[in-house]
Amino acid sequence: MAATSGRGVRPERPLSPHLQIYTPLINMVMSILHRITGATLYVGSLLLALWLVAAASGPEQYDYVSSWFATWPGKIVLLGYTWVLMHHMMGGIRHLIWDSGHGYELRMIDLLSWGSLAASLTLTAIIWAFVALGGM
Amino acid sequence: MKSMRTPLKKVRYLGSAKEGADHFWKQRVTAVANIFLASFLVWLIASHIGADYETVHRKLADPLISLPLLALILSATIHMRLGMQIIIEDYVHNEGLKLGALVLNTFFAIAVGLASVFAVLKLSFGA
Repeated sequence: MAATSGRGVRPERPLSPHLQIYTPLINMVMSILHRITGATLYVGSLLLALWLVAAASGPEQYDYVSSWFATWPGKIVLLGYTWVLMHHMMGGIRHLIWDSGHGYELRMIDLLSWGSLAASLTLTAIIWAFVALGGM
Repeated sequence: MKSMRTPLKKVRYLGSAKEGADHFWKQRVTAVANIFLASFLVWLIASHIGADYETVHRKLADPLISLPLLALILSATIHMRLGMQIIIEDYVHNEGLKLGALVLNTFFAIAVGLASVFAVLKLSFGA
């Protein structure tokens, strides 16, 4: 609801500075990335459902869906999905640490923020190295 | 100043939305569960990429696989519904649109969850 003077006229008031005024800090970037990756995983849950439903439907349907994931665009989607999942997971662990009331020193905030990004990239690389080596 | 809250309201500690910290706790508990269950899913998929249908079917019908998978579907759909609810409440300010989006959010989570659960159960018990 827009603030009015009580006579339906909106007074000219200074606004508090919005996002574009501030220099982006790593914890700000990681904060919004956590939300974006979460929303992406929300949509991505359809991919897991698709895979399971295809497997439950029979060999033809399963092979058809698998053939999508075997294409280059399919592989890029899976690679992206992996990083998004790892990033949301690492960000989630960071938030659980903060929820416990720990890690609020400025240096620690930076360390946890950069650390979750580094960990998500490293884990994604490890998972895909594992896949490239032929799995288990 | 004298508090306007009744003693009963104080001890219930549920606030104006009548659910207290319920949303917060469910989001955290499913988050912790998802750390383990999503890691399991990543292993499951990464170790079965390119596997033939028979192998995948046999694997998904194994209770040691299907039970954690069902737990993941349950935990993840609760978690994602709660998360999307927060996003909607933060960004959709029109009451009607917000209510509609919240209902669709619930429908989506239940539809995805049920389809996934049904698929896993069919793989385990179906023909």
